Amino acid sequence: MSDNAQLFLRTIIARAYPRVIGTTREKSWVFFDTFLPLLSTAAYIFFYRALKAPEEYIGLVVVGGAMTAFWLNVLWSMSAQLYWDKDAGNLALYVAAPASLMGILLGMALGGLLATTVRAVVIFTAGWLLFGVQFSLAYWGLVILTFILTMAALYGLGMLFASLFLLFGREAWHVSNLLQEPIYLASGFYFPVKALGFWVAAAASFVPLTLGLDAMRQLLFPSNPTFGFLTVNLEVWVLLGLGVVFVGASKFALDYMEKLARRQGRITERRR
Amino acid sequence: MEALRSFRVATWLGWQIEGNRADPFLFYVYSIVKPVTSVMILVIMYWVITRTDTASPYFAYMYLGNVAYIYVGSILVGVSWAVIDDREHYQTLKYIYVSPINVYFYLLGRGMARFLTDTLSVVITMAFAMLALRLSINPAELRWLYLFTPMVFGMAGMAFMGLLLGAATLQMARHFWSVGESVAGALFLFCGAIFPIDVLPAWLRPLGFALPLTYWLESLRRAILGPEASKSISRSLSGISDSQLLLILVGVTLVTGIILIYFFRWSEHRAREMGLIDMTTHY
Repeated sequence: MSDNAQLFLRTIIARAYPRVIGTTREKSWVFFDTFLPLLSTAAYIFFYRALKAPEEYIGLVVVGGAMTAFWLNVLWSMSAQLYWDKDAGNLALYVAAPASLMGILLGMALGGLLATTVRAVVIFTAGWLLFGVQFSLAYWGLVILTFILTMAALYGLGMLFASLFLLFGREAWHVSNLLQEPIYLASGFYFPVKALGFWVAAAASFVPLTLGLDAMRQLLFPSNPTFGFLTVNLEVWVLLGLGVVFVGASKFALDYMEKLARRQGRITERRR
Repeated sequence: MEALRSFRVATWLGWQIEGNRADPFLFYVYSIVKPVTSVMILVIMYWVITRTDTASPYFAYMYLGNVAYIYVGSILVGVSWAVIDDREHYQTLKYIYVSPINVYFYLLGRGMARFLTDTLSVVITMAFAMLALRLSINPAELRWLYLFTPMVFGMAGMAFMGLLLGAATLQMARHFWSVGESVAGALFLFCGAIFPIDVLPAWLRPLGFALPLTYWLESLRRAILGPEASKSISRSLSGISDSQLLLILVGVTLVTGIILIYFFRWSEHRAREMGLIDMTTHY
């Protein structure tokens, strides 16, 4: 393995390490980051129950509720994290070190994935055990493939966002907030995205979770043909394309924004 | 006087932090878009299932509860985030503790700034419902006096809950940036904001009945939509008269206040003892 590849891997491990250690030191995250979001998802389930919706919609909410964790991880623990690191003085150290920012961001993503995956698994399990959601495993291979492609594209998008956050000051907080509920709405976290109409759903497909969620719902609940926005095959190919584009673009964007941030003195700037 | 001064200065400070130093366009877009889209999620869920127009009593029940709930989120997030922001970001919490500042009112003031911005969101969301979704609310038929009383006690109840959460946040690391939203999201389940408590399993309902939010939301509906509007939807609260509802709201709010005093005192003492007042965590 080349020196560069070794450094890249060591960077990922080094940045993931404090995240993993953090979760073992502060165990109360299990309650605040897993149990409470489950209750929040349950509120949407009971809303559908109050409306006497078909049972497949309960499963639809469970899948959406589980996937919120990954979107929040990208927004707050990757993109906005650079703003926090800037304020704490770590960003200057990252840039001064020989490690690449991409490796650092991947480390953040992988380190945060532990808590995020636990949350998603708990919501899925609760959906199955408490709400009686029946997931079809007929296409389990395709479900896993869709999930992996969605995550690759999503974290590519996260790195692209992170490059923008290099330039942000305190507005980073507002931008992250702005990308939370509107994306829940546009990507159809709690309803089939095609209810928004073709063009809105197509525009929302820019966020990989839109197509990822839609494809996974079609695969996990194949008896309900009303969920699908596009065919699963097409969605998988688009996700693959988004992944390649976002990961590639994030490499260029991070390099460019880092140079720009150095030139404008934003690396050490603290606009508190 | 110290309490009032702490509250006033903290509100001003909160406003400076929240809005004044951000790009105004971005700030106002974010203040409006976030709550409106969060309400629209439920509107679309409702539409996908019922395919009916928005004139049904259940739509008004759900919409009003959801809009009013914006305040719950703003106060809970405002107060709990103030603890993390001051302790870890600005690293000023320790200075607040050594200054002649009333911490209760300081934290409330920080939450107040967010409350003020979210009032704009509430107004816009309600206007959107009346103009675009044809939600039938006639301002001439509002019961203003009945609306005022639960608003006062409901806000007090929310403030107490916000401080309870603020006290709990003193014990937590920064990676609980989402604690306010998580708790607000969880309480959304129990208080009958978007569906009547009767939909919950029987063993979960007592939790809803113990929350001041439940009675606050029901009072608001009776004041705004009319005394009969929610009775056919929320059967478990339909047997309670308007005045009884207010009395229960006052009682539950007072109980929350008493719990707050003891819990805040304990949490503050523990935070001092464990050195958590100036803790910084960079996970």
